[in-house]
Amino acid sequence: MISKPHVDWFALAPVNSLLLATGVALLCAVLVPRQWRKTFAAAVCALGYAASFGFAVALYVKSPHAHGVVADAFSRDRLTALATMIVAATGLLVVGVAYSERAREDHSSEFYALLAAAGAGMAFFVGANNLMTLFLALEWFSISLYILCAIDRDRLGGLEAALKYLVIGGFGSAVLLFGSALVYGTTGKLDFPGIAASGQHHDSLLVFGLAMMIAGLAFKASAAPFHMWTPDVYEGAPTPVTAFMAAATKTAALVVMLRILVTAFPANSNLWTVAVAVIAVCSLVIGNFAALVQRGVKRMLAYSSISQAGFMLIGISANSQLGARALLYYLVPYTAMSIGAFAVVAARERELGVPVTFENMAGFGWERPLLGISMWAFLLGFAGFPLTGGFVGKFYVFAAAYEHGWTWLVIVGVLATLVSLYYYLGLVRAMFMRRTEDLQLAPIGGSPPREALLQTTAVVCLAVTVGSFFAVQPLIDLAKHATHALPWV
Amino acid sequence: MTTLLICLPLAAALIVWLLPLNPISAGSLALLAALVEVGVWIQLLVRYDFTQGGLQFSQQHTWFSDLNVSYHVGVYGFSIWLIGLTVVVMAATIAYAFWAGRERMRAYMGLMLFLTGAIIGVFVAQDLLLFYAFFEAMLIPLYVLVGVWGGPGRMGATLKFILYTMAGSLLMLASIVVYGLSQHTFDLVQIGESSSQWVFLGFVAAFAIKAPLFPLHGWLPDAYRESSPEVAAVLSGVVSKAAAYGFLRIAVTKFPGPAHDFRVPILALSAIGLIYGSLLAFRAPDLRGVIAYSSLAQMGLITMGIFAVNDLGLDGSVLQMVNHGLVSATLFLLAGMVERRALTGELGRLGGMARGRPALATVLLTAGVITLAVPLSSAFAGEFLILAGVFQRGWGWSVVGAIAIVLAAMYVLRLVSAVLHREVGPAVSDSALDLRPAELGVTVPLLACLLALSVWPAAITQHSFRGDHGAADVAAQFK
Repeated sequence: MISKPHVDWFALAPVNSLLLATGVALLCAVLVPRQWRKTFAAAVCALGYAASFGFAVALYVKSPHAHGVVADAFSRDRLTALATMIVAATGLLVVGVAYSERAREDHSSEFYALLAAAGAGMAFFVGANNLMTLFLALEWFSISLYILCAIDRDRLGGLEAALKYLVIGGFGSAVLLFGSALVYGTTGKLDFPGIAASGQHHDSLLVFGLAMMIAGLAFKASAAPFHMWTPDVYEGAPTPVTAFMAAATKTAALVVMLRILVTAFPANSNLWTVAVAVIAVCSLVIGNFAALVQRGVKRMLAYSSISQAGFMLIGISANSQLGARALLYYLVPYTAMSIGAFAVVAARERELGVPVTFENMAGFGWERPLLGISMWAFLLGFAGFPLTGGFVGKFYVFAAAYEHGWTWLVIVGVLATLVSLYYYLGLVRAMFMRRTEDLQLAPIGGSPPREALLQTTAVVCLAVTVGSFFAVQPLIDLAKHATHALPWV
Repeated sequence: MTTLLICLPLAAALIVWLLPLNPISAGSLALLAALVEVGVWIQLLVRYDFTQGGLQFSQQHTWFSDLNVSYHVGVYGFSIWLIGLTVVVMAATIAYAFWAGRERMRAYMGLMLFLTGAIIGVFVAQDLLLFYAFFEAMLIPLYVLVGVWGGPGRMGATLKFILYTMAGSLLMLASIVVYGLSQHTFDLVQIGESSSQWVFLGFVAAFAIKAPLFPLHGWLPDAYRESSPEVAAVLSGVVSKAAAYGFLRIAVTKFPGPAHDFRVPILALSAIGLIYGSLLAFRAPDLRGVIAYSSLAQMGLITMGIFAVNDLGLDGSVLQMVNHGLVSATLFLLAGMVERRALTGELGRLGGMARGRPALATVLLTAGVITLAVPLSSAFAGEFLILAGVFQRGWGWSVVGAIAIVLAAMYVLRLVSAVLHREVGPAVSDSALDLRPAELGVTVPLLACLLALSVWPAAITQHSFRGDHGAADVAAQFK
């Protein structure tokens, strides 16, 4: 007779509400008449995310003291709650982006079911407290994402993207699993605090396992040099899925990386801080320089997301509460900017019916000023201009790096920002500064599609991007309480 | 009051952007906001207690507490004059843009108002990060103003402008991080002095590019030539003063040691810029080129005054900042007016415009005479003080400065005679009108300010810094 552990259902409520949404959305694929199917499934998915967000807020309020639940497999703390909030908000916004997507009419409820399932996996992932749940949750959301990439079979490059993501993502998962196995083999412990307490930190197998775990998570966070799948997958996947991957997957992977490194490997911090800093520098260099030569907007944003991962990794590499706060703060404007930018790309894509390049973004800013100005703000935010949260985020990670004693990392970050201006502002230039006469555009005719939901999403993202510049203190307070959940030395 | 100065133009910008106004009402609203802003500034001027000096009208709210960053604004005596320069020049340029009828008036006016708020923010920010935020925020509207409404070469010009200035600004950001965290506060009033040369150089890089100082002026000719005349007026008249303000408020005040160590190289670069800019201005083939390079020269002179670090030099620099701001704004606007009539700014194709156009001739000549620092003009007072200030650091600097004044006379007279005198140029048609009342309405108030300062330069020199402190103690001014 196996004794069942006590299950804290409240702690799992954000995950379960999304799972419920998945189930209902799947059922509606067979039970709801075709013409209502998409609306119904989208509403269910959005409700699931909203409920998940609400539960996460409640959990944040009610979990001032971190503790493990379900036999310590899952940690109920404010870090989990905050990360879940970000993931859930991302999912909710992505529903807004996806709703008016034209294709996929026959798979709409499956799409929303998978979207909810991926969110559930991430909500579980960010709370993972031992190596088993870590891997389980990773595969859970990864498999959902593989299918989401390929769900639009008619899309050029969609299948290629999914296959590439599957193969390389599978490889990344395998690396993570192998690393976990080595760590378990050395310490005999599955749970993170147990690994830290085992006192085996000098064992070379454990160090090797640690390196492989960092690499596996870096695959998911699309940090260089583990980024090679990112541009192709971001380009080939349906744009709302790309937005979800850029925002939510990165959030989940970075938060989990922070949690594992700080909770399970505090004694090896002299090693992993350097390793993470090196990955951050690689991401900054490769992401920015590769983005310079891109002509496709989605590819450019893909490389930009690699470089943004680099900035956020600086926060992790500082191994301090300030660094963790910097990461958690940065994630808020970053997710808003990513979703917003991809939402605008999606709008243009639907308008033109072709992949969006710098050339065919020309004149967009004047044709559709609301989306144009939002995009402008997102790009300025990525580039770290004031009046956007991206500025404060960069300032925080630089402050964390300096406090750690790594002024060189500040300099690298500053130079990377300088390089990034060229392509971010290049897109602004394309949107606003080309004369319409110079362009050889082939409009498909008619006025641009009305997409109230998508525009609302863009406006919400704009509000978060700009608002996070002004409301730094509340966000930092949220992040501060969340970082208290981790056992800082 | 200080916050009102920042927020009024920003709020007006939002209104202009969001309300579906027609061009006329958008322009009028913007002009009204700019004039109200001048009124607010006059209130500030009247209510500032010059006998007491120091930081007044200050407000402080926590922005984020764990790094001790706050929204802290306030004005010093000398920043009042720079704010005054900003509001006056912005009102004039907005009026001119309205009259000239720019395309997409709402967007244009909103950006000009946004720019006004950002520049004033730079002059009143008393927190390093806030200062940086405003300093960068200036770039956002400028980028669009040059890039969208500029001339045919605007793409290259904006790219160069933005990459140059951001390179400097980002180095400053690194310096701010290091400086603020090592002092545990970002508050400009409380933060202690630092002796770190690297941090100092980070700040200097940002300001030297923005000013610009030789040899970092690569962006200047293109940006000044390709932007519309009123944006060029703002760039050279006001935005460059933000850099000089930075030298004065941060580089010299907070880094006395490094400022002393690097005095000779910085003075040398300023002096080279002064001479080189004057020579280039003399050789420039077009109106805007002359004014642009003279701007380079004048900023060199102002920087010399600041890095003299004594009463005379500082007073002279503040006066000269205001002078040069007003004069170069006037000249750029006049250049725009001439270009509007002749459709070119090439000096070789202009000429003889004085005949039958007395108002243009009078205004241009007056502005020119003030630029070349004729005795009794306010520019003479400013330059004299600066030269007297740097004389205390070595007579050679003053000699260089004096030579540059002669060169200034050469290029200004060349400009004036090429436009107004000689035989009628091929681009000048007889039907080209004299200055219209609206154009006079824009330029005459600027000239009136300059003439008022010529009569009473002590308005600025006696009301910028507190009392007669010993020459060495600049930091005491900011306690």
